[in-house]
Amino acid sequence: MKLFVNGDVIDDLPDPLSVSGLIEALDLPSAKIAVELNLEIVSKSTFDKTMLKDDDKLEIIHFIGGG
Amino acid sequence: MTQKTEQDSLIVAGREFKSRLIIGTGKYKDYAENARALEASGADMVTVAVRRVNISNPKEPMLVDFIDPKSVTYLPNTAGCFTGEDAVRTLRLAREAGGWDLVKLEVLSDPKHLYPDMEETLRAAKMLISEGFEVMVYCSDDPVFARKLEDMGCAAIMPLGAPIGSGLGIQNPVNIRLIIEQSSVPIIVDAGVGTASDATIAMELGCDGVLMNTAIAEAKDPIRMARAMKHAVISGREAYLAGRMPRKKYADPSSPLAGLI
Repeated sequence: MKLFVNGDVIDDLPDPLSVSGLIEALDLPSAKIAVELNLEIVSKSTFDKTMLKDDDKLEIIHFIGGG
Repeated sequence: MTQKTEQDSLIVAGREFKSRLIIGTGKYKDYAENARALEASGADMVTVAVRRVNISNPKEPMLVDFIDPKSVTYLPNTAGCFTGEDAVRTLRLAREAGGWDLVKLEVLSDPKHLYPDMEETLRAAKMLISEGFEVMVYCSDDPVFARKLEDMGCAAIMPLGAPIGSGLGIQNPVNIRLIIEQSSVPIIVDAGVGTASDATIAMELGCDGVLMNTAIAEAKDPIRMARAMKHAVISGREAYLAGRMPRKKYADPSSPLAGLI
């Protein structure tokens, strides 16, 4: 499966894949991030059951220093 | 009177903060220095930005590992957003990441002066409030816009003292005072403070708080400057509450003239 994550193309991902599965594959700390899938927020409680499909666009964010 | 001073906390959207100083978390050498400056400043609210995770380096240090969001209130900002839609999208993500709805709205215009785009700020504020956000809003020092933002339901009005990152101090004390006098929500000077006396001047005018980033982060010794700002804000607030003496045109001796030998 091919996804667009934070503007980058990531392919050779397994199919089927959930948001949780993607976070695990990217080795990210799920408690410290938020995910947007095709411009819609994915609630943390639904990471497990939200399934991804080819060409989905994801934004994965966290807090950084700012004024 | 002294008891009153000890309980003199900042209240925004029903939340109580011990310190009237809010500090940014940008421009520090690293997060460890940032955390030490925060401790020295005594602030219990920090602004933070929302950005993409670096997926090529997932083990990069994260702000939350240095400044605990459970003990310090994170105020997510919309820096870098130039439209209402961008701001709303960013803060929806922030709410999901952090689970809180107190946010700092800033919709900027020209990168040269970083002045707020007030038309877009008003539109974005309305959108955010309708989605249940508590909005602390960075705005121009214009009493008319400040009134509109308050009427709309913003939780705090945050006029600039001078351009972001300029360190020029409070450029228009007359407008800041007009905004303070007309408002019933907290007024927090956001941007423009360069050194401790600037923060004191803001507080002496009657501001409820001061928000700063560069003045601390770009000082030669950020930890010491953070401490200076803590005292500056307390000092200005105390002077405001104490009520200054009237200005006089001529001298008035402090020692009695009666009983001279």
